[in-house]
Amino acid sequence: MTTLSTDAPKSALSRLLMAVTHQKLLAFASLIVLLIGFSIASPNFMQTSNMIAILQATSVNGVLAIAVTLVIITGGIDLSVGTMMTFTAVITGVVLTFLGLPLLFGVMAAIATGAFCGSCSGTFVAKMKIPPFIATLGMMLILKGLSLVISGTRPIYFNDTPGFSEISRGSVLGEVFPALPLPNGVLILFIVAAVAAYILNRTVLGRYCFALGSNEESVRLSGVNTDRWKIAIYALAGAIVGVAGLLIASRLNSAQPALGLGYELEAIAAVVIGGTSLSGGRGSILGSLIGALIMAVLTNGLRVLSVAQEWQTVVTGAIIILAVYADMMRRKPS
Amino acid sequence: MSYLVEMRGIEKRFPGVHALRSVNFDLRAGEVHALMGENGAGKSTLMKIMSGIYPRDGGEMLVDGHPAAPDSPRAAQRLGIGIIHQELSLMNDLTAAQNVLIGREPRRSFGRLDEAALNRRCEEIFAQLQLRMDPRAPVGAQTIARQQLIEIAKALSYDPRVLIMDEPTAALNDAEIAELFRVIDTLKTKGVGIVYISHRMDEIKRIADRVTILRDGAHIDTLDAARTPLSRIIQLMVGREVTQSAPVIPDTSASAVALEVRGLSRGKEVRDVSFSVRKGEILGIAGLMGAGRTEVARIIFGADPRDAGEIRVAGKAVDIRHPHAAVQAGIGYLSEDRKHFGLAVDMSVRANVAMADLGRFTNRAGVLDEAAMKRTALDYIERLGIRTPSDEQDVRLLSGGNQQKVVIAKWLLRDCDVLIFDEPTRGIDVGAKSEIYALLEALAAQGRAIIVISSELPEVMRLAHRIAVMCEGRLTGILPGGAETTQEHIMELATRRGSALTGAEEAI
Repeated sequence: MTTLSTDAPKSALSRLLMAVTHQKLLAFASLIVLLIGFSIASPNFMQTSNMIAILQATSVNGVLAIAVTLVIITGGIDLSVGTMMTFTAVITGVVLTFLGLPLLFGVMAAIATGAFCGSCSGTFVAKMKIPPFIATLGMMLILKGLSLVISGTRPIYFNDTPGFSEISRGSVLGEVFPALPLPNGVLILFIVAAVAAYILNRTVLGRYCFALGSNEESVRLSGVNTDRWKIAIYALAGAIVGVAGLLIASRLNSAQPALGLGYELEAIAAVVIGGTSLSGGRGSILGSLIGALIMAVLTNGLRVLSVAQEWQTVVTGAIIILAVYADMMRRKPS
Repeated sequence: MSYLVEMRGIEKRFPGVHALRSVNFDLRAGEVHALMGENGAGKSTLMKIMSGIYPRDGGEMLVDGHPAAPDSPRAAQRLGIGIIHQELSLMNDLTAAQNVLIGREPRRSFGRLDEAALNRRCEEIFAQLQLRMDPRAPVGAQTIARQQLIEIAKALSYDPRVLIMDEPTAALNDAEIAELFRVIDTLKTKGVGIVYISHRMDEIKRIADRVTILRDGAHIDTLDAARTPLSRIIQLMVGREVTQSAPVIPDTSASAVALEVRGLSRGKEVRDVSFSVRKGEILGIAGLMGAGRTEVARIIFGADPRDAGEIRVAGKAVDIRHPHAAVQAGIGYLSEDRKHFGLAVDMSVRANVAMADLGRFTNRAGVLDEAAMKRTALDYIERLGIRTPSDEQDVRLLSGGNQQKVVIAKWLLRDCDVLIFDEPTRGIDVGAKSEIYALLEALAAQGRAIIVISSELPEVMRLAHRIAVMCEGRLTGILPGGAETTQEHIMELATRRGSALTGAEEAI
């Protein structure tokens, strides 16, 4: 025999595929179970209006979760997405309300600001070798402070910019298909998810997300400029956070400078429930999307059942632990 | 005679260490130049300078007669210098093709990947190596040997003119090594210069044209491989004579049986394995990669569950389902992967030794007694001859042999009667090997039962009083130790495959 070794790649590959799909199925199945459970418990739950409310409530957290997913797959973490979202909203307020520029400039400002903040975090992590947890913790506080300074601690309203609130609340889809009155915010979430999933699975940037999370030193020794790619990944995550900033500002028709803290933990929770490994190298956008939906369904369903808000938080915490435990049980070599 | 690469007077200092002192090294096209030396001699450092991973502090490097100073792995790749690292450095979550071509993915516009082209190119590279592997297979699911082959494919995919191989055969079995050597021969005829680092002496004779010996960061000699006896090379490496002797086998027939296993089974990896070890005896377990040796050890140690079988310690059946239970029964297991499972490398020698039994150093308030830990650590440093400046030195700064001694100290502190050593000298140089051997023999003489799992036949034959040989999960025979057992005897048992019936079952 002249071959170096015989192979059974089919079985190995199919085993891995099974495992991956299994995790998505697990999260997806939980979502379905929750939906069925709540609709049995309360007739008000399965109303179209309530479903749309759930999706609308998912949009901001979902977009943030997608941003954090990219960073987490590299083996990092981004704690600054909540206050960064607020910061991009405040900058949009400066551009639209203080400077009176047209709407498109506001949109571009939010995304560019996010990308810039992300590239700063990325630089701290990649060039200055600060652990992601610390670098983005610092960034979280810097951006929270800057939002308050720039806005003078007061909300900035978008009353002078007609159409700004349409970004989140209007429904382009509903005008074309009256039967599908999906708000723009939800549409944007799905578009962001589709684009992010494409980038993650079909582009070089996405490949290096997984590669960095899997074995960074090896990527570096292969001659890849890991610093540059890492900064690019954080910047992309930041740009996505800019979209979330637009969504929340549009929904509130204002930039609320005091808002933001806590959003990053919700986003990370969604990512974890969706089966992305916090140690890096594994994860999916679809998983995070489902994770965000599970959290929104829980909150909404428990509210419909008139469970006190304090208890909703307790349940969410328990779900996170259960989700990760289920994931570990599944990974455990038999 | 022109050289592909010439390094003259290379200097390298790390904090507190003069790693390379004016080292000369050259490489011709189409030759295999073996680089030999004990661990810490500076082989890997020299090669990391050649391949752009470390900058040099002094000296000059010429590539094709022109001065060169590669300052990154990529710059070295552009000079045609490729390296296969000693430690596997693959991305386990990616596929084989994604690993092989990392950094050079076929792209379409806007940074989009051309996955089909990626897999095709990888398939071509595998075909050149005559390696049958699916480019889409995830690397994490492959055996170590397969991962090593992927690593080699990756290095070759750069079409290097200079290829550095740092212990490429550490995890390969004989058939795979033969294939690797065939690949090396092909590369030689294409004019590729190969730097070959290995601790396996027999390989040097088989493939090297010249040998350069380093010791303590200095160039000792460069010799013709064919005309220099191995004993001379070893002597130059360690700076003294090392003799290879057969073990003196004590008569342990009257000693009590320390450990007995009957009918151990676990899936296809371990099938109906039974053996026993007496006090004062060293039992070697030989076999090829994947024969199930480590799996047997892990079952005995409770690290993996078993489907069937019985474990008896000192004549009494014990129910070991967890490593904790194994330790209580007096069984210690020293993993083949010291850095991952054996040591906290960022902590001091003292902390590592004491870690095995912290309760002993803790008072009732839960406060650690540093003075007692220091006494114990110093005691073991002296007894085992651990070479370290102090007991507060971080373990990662010790050489492989001394790290292994720290692991042994941990288990001695636990007072284990049965010690299982899995590849005890992997990555350890020749001089330190003899010290580890002497240590194992001393432990046996104290009445402990020792099991040594090793892929190196000379090691098993040097140490073992009896040699158990495994093949495909089965124990195919137990041979007596000593001079009358030859490598051929062991290999015959190590390749004794199952009956036609089992073979057919596996083919499905």
